[in-house]
Amino acid sequence: MSREPVRLDLPADHADLRHLLVGDEVALYGTVYTMRDAGHERALSYIDLHNRLPFDLVGQTLFYAGPTPPAVGRPHGAIGPTTASRMDFATPQLLRAGITVTIGKGPRSPEVVQACRNLAVVYLAAVGGAAAYLARFVTSSEPIAWADLGTEAVYRLTLRAFPAFVAIDTYGHDLYNPSVVLR
Amino acid sequence: MRYEEQRLDPHEIARLVGKAIGHVACALRPDVLAALKIAQAREKAAQEGSERACSVLSQLIENASIAACDRVPLCQDTGTVWVLLEAGRNCVIPTDIFAEVDAAVADAYASTGLRMSLVRDSLIDRRNSGDNTPAFCELALCPERVGARLHVMLKGGGSDNASRIVMLPPGEGLAGVRRVVVEAIVEKAANACPPLVVGVGVGTTFDKVATLSKRALLRELGSVNERPEIDLFERELLEAVNATGIGPGGFGGQTTALAVHVLTAPSHIAALPVAVNIGCCALRSVSLDVVPGKDKEESGPSATPGDHRRSATPGDHRRSAASNESGRTGSGRAERGVCA
Repeated sequence: MSREPVRLDLPADHADLRHLLVGDEVALYGTVYTMRDAGHERALSYIDLHNRLPFDLVGQTLFYAGPTPPAVGRPHGAIGPTTASRMDFATPQLLRAGITVTIGKGPRSPEVVQACRNLAVVYLAAVGGAAAYLARFVTSSEPIAWADLGTEAVYRLTLRAFPAFVAIDTYGHDLYNPSVVLR
Repeated sequence: MRYEEQRLDPHEIARLVGKAIGHVACALRPDVLAALKIAQAREKAAQEGSERACSVLSQLIENASIAACDRVPLCQDTGTVWVLLEAGRNCVIPTDIFAEVDAAVADAYASTGLRMSLVRDSLIDRRNSGDNTPAFCELALCPERVGARLHVMLKGGGSDNASRIVMLPPGEGLAGVRRVVVEAIVEKAANACPPLVVGVGVGTTFDKVATLSKRALLRELGSVNERPEIDLFERELLEAVNATGIGPGGFGGQTTALAVHVLTAPSHIAALPVAVNIGCCALRSVSLDVVPGKDKEESGPSATPGDHRRSATPGDHRRSAASNESGRTGSGRAERGVCA
């Protein structure tokens, strides 16, 4: 059961995602986009209008996070995951539109677990309450859109060895609900 | 016995709140840090399946060190500001005692680089208020004590969302309270950034019991409840909460909570109100005496929650209980020493 953290480069390759198993510790490298509550409502409105994801997000990773403002000499302040279940209302649709990895904390709805299995995508959980530590693994931060949302705006982040755990794998295994096996 | 009158000044209260915010956003309570280290030792000693628990706990302990050294917030959710002012029998309080608090909050959040996490109206206008105001302030009249005590807590949204109030039939008693606590944990703990500090309020009325449960979070972790029967109940609740196996980060393990604190009070003959207020692993609060004419540093937020003895005054039972526990403040100082 005990394994070294698995390296996952983002945006993720579907073959790489297939190798991840629930409970694995992963080290994330590459690009993710922050999006949380208000952003999800806007993303759904965009999909309704244009029938596709905004900002070329196909194949990309969503990180449910609202960072603190930048500290002196750092690309940003503290950054960590927010509760993922608040995004459940939008997640299956965003996954169908092309998101391949989501990062947050806490359990997801059965619909999200099912969507991860059907679409062979994953949900990763990071540690909540460790945002000063996690910020050390974020090497750049760039605002992309919806600046009027303040901390809820969309940022493109670059991660280097960012620690997380596989909470839902491509086979529909759920770290928070290990007794349920989807068919 | 007569005591010298103490006039509380709105400007001084606001100054103390502002200073407290900058401090607690980046400095984990020493008692919480000590409890995380005890949990880490326990998870390391566990026979199997504790790798994730150990990984989470070492992240949290290193997080506290980085936050204190680099002056970076412990958590990106720098919370709502809760201010509780306990005024003793000798205090004279103007009705505008909290009038300057919001300005101090806005200034502290901007100057410390904290996140603005409030919307203007919860239902009708969910635009960000832009300066993390308003603060939520309470005044408690405490004729049993002398002098004023100020508590400041930054409360994250995820842990507050995991909290609840239940009006039990009185016949459910201890078992009913226990069921409410365990159900709240099973349903919501994984969202609330465990290991948790669980505040339980029992009694008063529907509107008051929530404050009771929030106040329970202020007590020092590891301190003994002065009421033996409640102390025993707290230990039983902690055991039941940790038996859920939800564990640090919600990834499994023996430590779902670091402590369960219970405050009880009288209630209606027909009522058994229960509130569960969940505190996260980055529980941020400070409690300090408002001392007129004293050295600012002594009454300021450098007086950590575990550091009660220097500022002890008569008439505060909780502190006199905690002050019997020597050496607990040492861990906080040792941690700060790492930065030097």
